[in-house]
Amino acid sequence: MDELIEYAPDLLAGFAENLKLSAVCGVLSLIFGTILVGIRVSPTPVLRAAGTAYVNIARNTPLTLVLAFSSLGLSDQIGLIFSDEPSTNGFWLVVLGLTAYTSTFVCESLRSGINTVPFGQAEAARAIGLTFLQSLSLIILPQAFRAVIAPLGNVMIAMIKNTTVAIAAGYLADVAFVMKDTFDTTGVSIPIFLGIVVAFMVVVLPIGFLTGWLAKRLAVAR
Amino acid sequence: MNGGASLLFDAPGPRARLRNHLLTAVALVALLAIAWFVYSRFDEKGQWRAEIWEPFLRPTTWTNFIVPGLIGTLKAAALGAVFALFFGAIFGLARLSDHRWVRIPAGVVVEVFRAIPLLLLIFFVFYLLPSVLGGGDYTLIAVVVGLTLYNGSVLAEIIRAGVLAVPRGQSEAAYAIGLRKTGVLWRILLPQAITAMMPAIVSQLVVLLKDTALGYIIAYVDLLNFGFKIIPPNFPGSLIPAAIVIGIIYIGLNMLLSALATWLERRSRRSRKSAARPIGLSAVPGPAGAGVGQL
Repeated sequence: MDELIEYAPDLLAGFAENLKLSAVCGVLSLIFGTILVGIRVSPTPVLRAAGTAYVNIARNTPLTLVLAFSSLGLSDQIGLIFSDEPSTNGFWLVVLGLTAYTSTFVCESLRSGINTVPFGQAEAARAIGLTFLQSLSLIILPQAFRAVIAPLGNVMIAMIKNTTVAIAAGYLADVAFVMKDTFDTTGVSIPIFLGIVVAFMVVVLPIGFLTGWLAKRLAVAR
Repeated sequence: MNGGASLLFDAPGPRARLRNHLLTAVALVALLAIAWFVYSRFDEKGQWRAEIWEPFLRPTTWTNFIVPGLIGTLKAAALGAVFALFFGAIFGLARLSDHRWVRIPAGVVVEVFRAIPLLLLIFFVFYLLPSVLGGGDYTLIAVVVGLTLYNGSVLAEIIRAGVLAVPRGQSEAAYAIGLRKTGVLWRILLPQAITAMMPAIVSQLVVLLKDTALGYIIAYVDLLNFGFKIIPPNFPGSLIPAAIVIGIIYIGLNMLLSALATWLERRSRRSRKSAARPIGLSAVPGPAGAGVGQL
């Protein structure tokens, strides 16, 4: 227990990094996921094919590979640099990789949500003269979102847990790195591990309950 | 998309066709611009030089680096899959027990391990084992134990959902003809549940295969490790080619497994052997579902 108290400030600072990453990636991947699903159902076959290819590639690549590539490949070899400060650069590289990866899952969840919208809704939208983008943004997506709140919650929970992989992108500040660092100096410590586990559960479980409750409350009555 | 019509748009008329052609042209130009940008950026940094790609045409590169890496990945995945299926079967069925003292602890174990980030679990095991068992190489064990506990917990939920998906009439009928609890479970419920949950199990195995790459972080010698840490020093400058080659291998493996899952789902949807409806590929119900799905 002493180790946990002694290293608590470091661990909390690390966990704050995970929360920061989660917040930024959460917002960005919801935005890009929505754009991506628009591309995947668009009337233009070329765009559809490109969207499908991107989703299949990003979804089937291990996240560790995505993050390691964004750091060792894109940053070191190609020279993609967000900031001269290594830690800021690392942060945005993680955001880039994690967003590229997570938005495909957001896209796939939304697409399964679109499939739950009855045909008549889209037909009625077209009948009153709405264009593709209008019917998508005014009729289809609002209903699709409400149908997939719980799966989207699961995607967000997985994304929060995935922020621990930031270490693969050379971003050495998150709680997984702090834990490893502490274990390197003090040896393995069960209280520290349990403390971090509890911290994650405190964040993750309410999101699960909240999205579950919202899903029931906002379900489209049909 | 039969006849060009879909949920969102009608079969296009003349004006819409013109607009679609225009959009296609614009999209093509945009995609080509992106491709050209990536190409020229790579070119600028000399990533298309023949000598950094040439090693991947040599058979020795494959036999010395890529195949051993692939074996490392597949070994961890196979061991993890077998143990996770065992773990999942035991805890999934334990959660269905009539006895509260079995059901509740099993539920706690499953929920906790589903909520822990896998990497933290792997780190913990990796640091715990040497201090308990003394020195040695625990990378494989750490990866396999982590994969087992996490994916086993997810599989436990899938198995539970599979058994619950069998209509109540089936077990009632089984009890009525005089089977006992074990008989009902093994002869009536599980055979039907397995058909229903096969697709979900296979797509969880895709997740498991992808997660073996976490072993890279604790220096387990897998495909990712060979690609990023062992090949580049041997063939200077070839990090990006190596990353692309191993990326293709990972994607190919996962797509094969995903295709198997889709095929199984279609088959079990058609089959009338089971009264249970197939469980969706990513939809495992559960309170506070801790990130189930293909992530």
